[in-house]
Amino acid sequence: MKDIDKYRAMFTNPNWDYDTLEAADQVIGRIGREYLKLKTYPNQIEIVTSEQMLDAYALTGLPTSYPHWKFGKDFVLNQNNYTKGRMGLSYELVINSNPCISYNMENNSTCMMLLVIAHACQGHNAFFANNYMFLDWTSADSIVDYMVFARDYILKCEEEFGEEEVEKVLDACHALMNHGVDKYKKPSKISAMQENERLKRLTAIKRENYNELWRTLPPSADLPEPGSKEEHRFPKEPEENILYFIEKYAPALPVWKREIIRIVRKVAQYFYPQGATKVMNEGFATFTHYHIMNKMFEEGYVNDGFMLEFIKSHSGVLYQPEYNSKYYSGLNPYTLGFNIFMDIKRICQEPTAEDREWFPNLVGKDWLEQVHYVMENFRDDSFILQYLSPKVIRDMRLFTIVDNELETTYEIGAIHNERGYRKVREQLSNQYDRSSYIPNIQATKVDLYKTSKLYLTHTIQSDRRLEAETARATLKHIRYLWGFPVELHSKNKLGINESTFEIK
Amino acid sequence: MSHIVDRRKNDKGKSTGNRQKFLKRVESQIKKAIPDILSQESIKDSKTGGSVKVPVRGLDEPAFRHDPKTGKKQIVKPGNDRYNEGDRVPKPKAGGGGGGRGKGSNSPETSEDEFTVVLSREEFLQYFFDDLALPKMVKKLMDSTETFEMKRAGYTRDSVPSRLNVKTSFQQSLGRRLALKGVFDKKLQLLEEQLALITDPEERVGLELEIEKVKRQANTIPFFEDIDLRYNNFERVPVPVTSAVMFCIMDVSASMGYHEKDIAKRFFTLLYIFLTRLYKNVELVFIRHHTEAKEVTEEEFFNSRESGGTVVAPSLKLMDKIMRERYDENWNIYCCQASDGDVWSKEDAKECKNLVLETILPAIQYMAYIEINNKNRESDLWQAYNRISNDEDFSIRHINEVYEIWPVFQGLFRKRNDSDSGR
Repeated sequence: MKDIDKYRAMFTNPNWDYDTLEAADQVIGRIGREYLKLKTYPNQIEIVTSEQMLDAYALTGLPTSYPHWKFGKDFVLNQNNYTKGRMGLSYELVINSNPCISYNMENNSTCMMLLVIAHACQGHNAFFANNYMFLDWTSADSIVDYMVFARDYILKCEEEFGEEEVEKVLDACHALMNHGVDKYKKPSKISAMQENERLKRLTAIKRENYNELWRTLPPSADLPEPGSKEEHRFPKEPEENILYFIEKYAPALPVWKREIIRIVRKVAQYFYPQGATKVMNEGFATFTHYHIMNKMFEEGYVNDGFMLEFIKSHSGVLYQPEYNSKYYSGLNPYTLGFNIFMDIKRICQEPTAEDREWFPNLVGKDWLEQVHYVMENFRDDSFILQYLSPKVIRDMRLFTIVDNELETTYEIGAIHNERGYRKVREQLSNQYDRSSYIPNIQATKVDLYKTSKLYLTHTIQSDRRLEAETARATLKHIRYLWGFPVELHSKNKLGINESTFEIK
Repeated sequence: MSHIVDRRKNDKGKSTGNRQKFLKRVESQIKKAIPDILSQESIKDSKTGGSVKVPVRGLDEPAFRHDPKTGKKQIVKPGNDRYNEGDRVPKPKAGGGGGGRGKGSNSPETSEDEFTVVLSREEFLQYFFDDLALPKMVKKLMDSTETFEMKRAGYTRDSVPSRLNVKTSFQQSLGRRLALKGVFDKKLQLLEEQLALITDPEERVGLELEIEKVKRQANTIPFFEDIDLRYNNFERVPVPVTSAVMFCIMDVSASMGYHEKDIAKRFFTLLYIFLTRLYKNVELVFIRHHTEAKEVTEEEFFNSRESGGTVVAPSLKLMDKIMRERYDENWNIYCCQASDGDVWSKEDAKECKNLVLETILPAIQYMAYIEINNKNRESDLWQAYNRISNDEDFSIRHINEVYEIWPVFQGLFRKRNDSDSGR
């Protein structure tokens, strides 16, 4: 009891010091562990000034990064906006690493500090440590060291080959960053011994199942005739990771340039899960801080005044302007994610008849277990598709607008009614699907015989064509890396070529 | 367990390198914008410190993107207050169809192509005067812009009494006295021991006399001797002159209108800023003239109007007088004269030419004469000056419009090749 009094005196003092932060981290960590059963990486909380926060922004939240003008541009842009008062800085910035590094702004009040510690050091941290996207695609243990390596490597290249040449390579890689991501694991190479084993087994199976009858079948039409050009088609399967393709197969690329491509590819891959889980990640962190703060209040660590300040910031975070407000700039991922998580909890505890019909699997289950399960096994599009409930759609009054190029008016596709729930949900899920905002472009062919020309194919989805100007500029970058002519075809559903870009 | 680290004391310059890279990338644009800035008169802002804004564009980073105008898109928005399924809403007419508006923070359409780079005064001047140098700068610095300063450099045994360093001298004397006294003390001790052993009175008297003598000798050790004295040593160290004076001479006769004065003023300002970059301390002397020359304040120089004819020579004489009275060889002297070229008579022009050639040029670093009128007409003064201008320490140029100022200025101060400046 005495401890609680001591803590309360600390937490309700608007000025914080080192002891306050340590105590806050202890209490919040304990509640996170015991009450919300969170498994996290160890935390590294860093107190930074606004200038340092701007630096962190420019490096997209990595503690170190290789030198490039793009980061300088972002820095200048943010600094301009910040000094003009057009943009505020966030209270914290958290890095998916082990230990999990979070930057907290020095001018946060004590309440904000506690909120930030609960939000970032418990919420985001637990998300990084448990969500399958992060576990599969990033290695939190090594990212900080890898970036140090990347910086040193690129500095060395600058020294050896000149800053301009390095900058050209980096510019080209950055243009392709969205197309430098693996979305599926490639099968790992097997050793010669395993390959031998496999072949042996295969022959054994063939022998066991040998049947004279098979010989009489006509040859399959799918298989290319031996000796035809198709047989030597390269690559055998189209490759969507264009950076990877160039790194591995560019005919005349020096080794150091391949290594730089690899570095950019790794960075792109590292950020891939963050782009794919924005709603979930923020939603879960907000859900976490909301519960931890309320628990702290329940247990008497903080008083009413503290809670009022907390609720004010909390509702500020969750502010969702309506579609016709002048402040509207898209859906607030914090709000959407938080609402869905809160509704999962509600459905588990107090289901209505509607919920029984929509979410029979959730009804009556332990809410914490379900929230953990969701947090671990989904990403934004699947999360919305599975868990956006009619109630959330009603509460947020979501509706869809159909914008068809060929029509002069927008059509309201669905609203928050019985007929609309599923459509809205599907549509919103699509909106967070990567393929809706990043064009689907794959490396499909290389002319191995004459020109070494690289052929790319853009598959047009819902009639969305490429922006011609940027496409040409990007192709120039590919041309530079590949070293030989490049051609891009935009193909529609029927496989008919709609437009072609070529850089000789 | 958690770590709490206070980073506030750490460097905040993490982005400095990247910012430099970025500036390098937009360098050509910044340079291109300089004449514009000049004609917008914001150069005065840069003089008073603070920052300069340079608009930059065309820095977009390309990537494959969907054309926002094409295709069939469905957008989910919150806060429906009036629509029902199947309603039709007219598309906004202009402004790109509004297709990308609803996509929120993921929207790639947010335009960041055009924004301003804020340069600090130093950075701005760096770009501003890049590739410019004062003609003959290096040579002048080596030859005559140097002066000497006395600097303390240890002690010496030989100097004038006024530089005596008492403390060090006393230390020397103390050591010497201790050393010498020690010799006598030892002798005395020896003699006294002998005295104690000897009983023969005669021998005792002899020894006592001896002791007396040694004691007396011991007392005669001088407190100071010449070899003790130490004097402060000074060395002459050459220091480059860090002050400069700039004479601005302007014709304010009736023929100089607002336009001409404005151009002159801008040119003077430019030169002034240029000099402040090279010298710590730059003084300005303003001389204006019509039929007679007068030294005035900056305010008067640019603002008051006079009328009457033009005689140029008195202003040069006045400058020479001020120069001799106030500015010795420790000053770097620059002169900039602006005029529309009108002179009273050919004699006046000739006198000016002689004055410049014989009395002014030998004493100063550089003189520039700008004539603000149409190039079609060669004035008497121009003709006179043209004969002696050499572009090394005396240059003459024509300016007629504001936009010409910068190219002319650049032309005057373009860096010569190395062989020239290295001499």
